[in-house]
Amino acid sequence: MSELIVFSTLNGLQYGLLLFLLASGLTLIFSMMGVLNFAHASLYMLGAYLGYQISRWLGFWVGLLLAPLIVGVMGALIERFGLRHVHRHGHVAELLFTFGLAYLIEEMVVMIWGRIPVSYQIPNMLDFPAFTLWSTSYPAYRVFMLLVSMAIFLGLFFALTRSRIGLIVQASLTQPKMVSMLGHNVPLVFMAVFGVGSALAGLAGAIAGPALVTQPNMAAHLGPLLFVVVVLGGLGSLTGALMSSLLIGLVQTFAIAGDFSLSDIARGAGLSMNVPEVLSELWNATLAQLAPVLPYLLLVLMLIFRPAGLMGSRES
Amino acid sequence: MTNSISFIRRGLLITAGLLASPIMALAQDTIKVAYIDPLSGSAAVTGEHGARHFRYLIDKVNSAGGVLGGKKLELVLFDNKGAPQETLVQAQKAIDSGAKFIFQGFGSNVALALTDFLAKHNERNPNSRVLYLSYGPMDPALTNEKCNFWHYRFESDSNVKISALVEFMKSQPALKNVYLINQDYSFGQSVRAEARKKLLDKRPDINIVGDELHPLLKVNDFAPYIAKIRASGADSVITGNWGADLSLLLKAAGDAGLKAQWYTIYGGLAGSPTAIKQAGLDGQVFQVVNWHANVPGAEMQVLNADFRKQYNEQGWWYLQAKTSVDMLVQAINKVGIADAVKVGLALEGMRYKNAIGADVLMRKEDHQLIQGLYVASFSSGVPIDEERTGWGWKTVATIPASSLTPTTTCRMTRPE
Repeated sequence: MSELIVFSTLNGLQYGLLLFLLASGLTLIFSMMGVLNFAHASLYMLGAYLGYQISRWLGFWVGLLLAPLIVGVMGALIERFGLRHVHRHGHVAELLFTFGLAYLIEEMVVMIWGRIPVSYQIPNMLDFPAFTLWSTSYPAYRVFMLLVSMAIFLGLFFALTRSRIGLIVQASLTQPKMVSMLGHNVPLVFMAVFGVGSALAGLAGAIAGPALVTQPNMAAHLGPLLFVVVVLGGLGSLTGALMSSLLIGLVQTFAIAGDFSLSDIARGAGLSMNVPEVLSELWNATLAQLAPVLPYLLLVLMLIFRPAGLMGSRES
Repeated sequence: MTNSISFIRRGLLITAGLLASPIMALAQDTIKVAYIDPLSGSAAVTGEHGARHFRYLIDKVNSAGGVLGGKKLELVLFDNKGAPQETLVQAQKAIDSGAKFIFQGFGSNVALALTDFLAKHNERNPNSRVLYLSYGPMDPALTNEKCNFWHYRFESDSNVKISALVEFMKSQPALKNVYLINQDYSFGQSVRAEARKKLLDKRPDINIVGDELHPLLKVNDFAPYIAKIRASGADSVITGNWGADLSLLLKAAGDAGLKAQWYTIYGGLAGSPTAIKQAGLDGQVFQVVNWHANVPGAEMQVLNADFRKQYNEQGWWYLQAKTSVDMLVQAINKVGIADAVKVGLALEGMRYKNAIGADVLMRKEDHQLIQGLYVASFSSGVPIDEERTGWGWKTVATIPASSLTPTTTCRMTRPE
C-alpha cells in the first residue's frame, strides 16, 4: 500500500510537472495575447524531433540545449510574420491560423522523419535506476525530468515577478495599451513571450521524447490535456498552471490505482441497486477505467463553479 | 477582401484539378485491384506500410508477366483515414473506378462495415461484383456471424492467435500468475474474454491476478499500471495492446525493472521493437505471428532483403499479404477471367503452399485461411534485426495449422 502511494505520488508529480512545462508556455501566450495556440502541442512535437535529430549528430545534451532554442526562434518568427498580421482580423482568424499551423507542422515532421516512431534514446549517463524502493526501481531519467521542470518553474516565477522584464510582461498581460503609452515596445514583448513560450514547449518535447514515444501523433496525444491545464489553472497565472497540472497529474495517477466502481461502493454500503440497462456500463466502470477522463471532468466542474480557474486573474 | 476571395477560389479550383487527375482512367487492359487503408491520420503508419507490401507484390506479379497471359494488375490506393464511414465512400469510388478486388487490413470496425456494404452491393449489382480480401482485421465475427461469400480472410483471427499463445504458455511450468491488460474497445475486450476462456481451458491451475482495461491511445504514462501489475504478483502479462499503448507499457515496465513475461498479439508493429529494446526486455516479450524475419525459408528471406533495400530498411511484415496476392493470381488464372463469382468459387477451398513452404487452406465454410503460427520472442543474437535495434524475433514455438482450426457458426449463401 505504501509502495503504491509513494510511487503514485512520484509518478503523478513527474507527469504533472511535464504537463506544466508544456502548459507554462501556453498559459503565457494565452493570457498575453488571448490567442489559443493550437500549434503549441505541435511545437512540443517539433522539439522532440529536433532533439532526436540533433542528439544523433551532436549528442543528447547539445540536442537538449539547441532544440528549444530553435523552436523558440521559430515561435518568435511565427508571431512576428504570421500572428501579427492575422491579429487585426480578430480572434477567429488567429485560431484558424494556429490550427492550420498545427497541421502544417505535423505534415512537415512526417515528410522529414516518416510516420514510424523514431528511437530517441535516453543518454547513457541517465539510464540507470535512481533508487529502488520495495523492489520497484525509479529511473534516473524521470528524476531528471522532475528536476528540470521544477527548475524551469522557479526560473520563470522569479523572472516574471522579480525582474524588470517580468514586470513589463505582467503589466502587458492586463494593460497592454497603457504599457505601450509608457514607452515600452509591446510588440517586441509579445514576440519575446511567444518565443519563450514556444521554447518551453520545445524543451518539454526534447525532454519527454526519450521517455514517451516520439511519433507524429504525439501532439494529438497530449494536446487536449494542455488546454484543460490552462483553463483549470486560470488564465494569466503561472502558479495556477503549476497547481492544475500537478492536480491533474496526481488525480490521474492515483485514480488508476482505484479498482472499484460505483457498483462496488454501493455494494460496500449494503445497497443493492437496480440500475437501468442504459446506465449499467457507467455503473460498473472502475475508477481506473475512467482515470484519463477525470481531467476533463475537472474542467467541466471548474467551468461550472469557478470559470476563472483556480487562480485566474482575467475574466475572459 | 474581394481579391483574397477570388484568389482562394482559384487556388481551390487548381487543387481540385490536380487531385482529380490521378483518378482519371488509365490503361484499359489492366485488372484493377483496390487497396483501402488509412493513408493519413494517426493510423497512417500501418496503412502506408501495408500499401508498400502490395505495391511490391503487384509489381512482382506484373514483371513476371501478369495474369491471364499478359494482363497487368493495377493497384489503386484509397485512403479511408481509419474510419468506417469514409471506407464506404472509398469502396464506392473503388467500385466505380472498375476495381474487382479490394484489399484491406487495418481495423475490424472498418472491416465489419466494409463486408456488410460489399455484400449488399454485390447482391444489388450483379454486374459489378467485387471480392474483399482482408489481410489484417482479427475480429472473429468476420468469419462467423458476419460472414458472407464475398469476403476472404487471410490473417488468423484473434481467438486463434490467443489459442496459440496460451498453447505456448501451457508449456511454461513456471507460469503461475497472469495479469491481463487491454485497450478498452472491441478488440481489447475480445482478447481479454478469449484469454480467460483459453487459460481456463488449457491451464486451469494458472491464477488470473488482474484484469485491466484502459482507454485506447489516451494513456501517456503507464507507470501506475506497472505498479499495479507488480503489486498483483503476476509473472506474466497477456495484452492485446498495440502502437503507442504497447510501446509505452513496455517502456514503463523496463523503467520500473518489472520481471515478467509479456505475451502480445501486436509486439511486432512499428515502434514496439524499438521500445522493447529501449526497455531492455531481452527475450521477455513474445508475439504470435504467421511469419517473422528469422523464419527459415529462402523465398521470404530473399523477398525481405529486397523489400528492405527498396524501402530503406523497413522490413516485411505481412506474409498473408503475399499469400493473398498469390492465391488470388492462381484463382484468376485457373478460371481464366477476372470475374468475382468465378474467382471466388475458385478461391474458396483452395489449398496452397505458401512462401515458406507451409500448406495453407482457404476454408470453404467461412473463407478463413487456416495456417500455422509462430510464437516468437524479441531477443538479441538473431541474424535479422528489426528497426535497426540489433535485436530480432526468435521462434520459441511452432503451432501447426492442424491445431488451429476454429469452429465456425458461418452460414453462407452462395451466388446462384
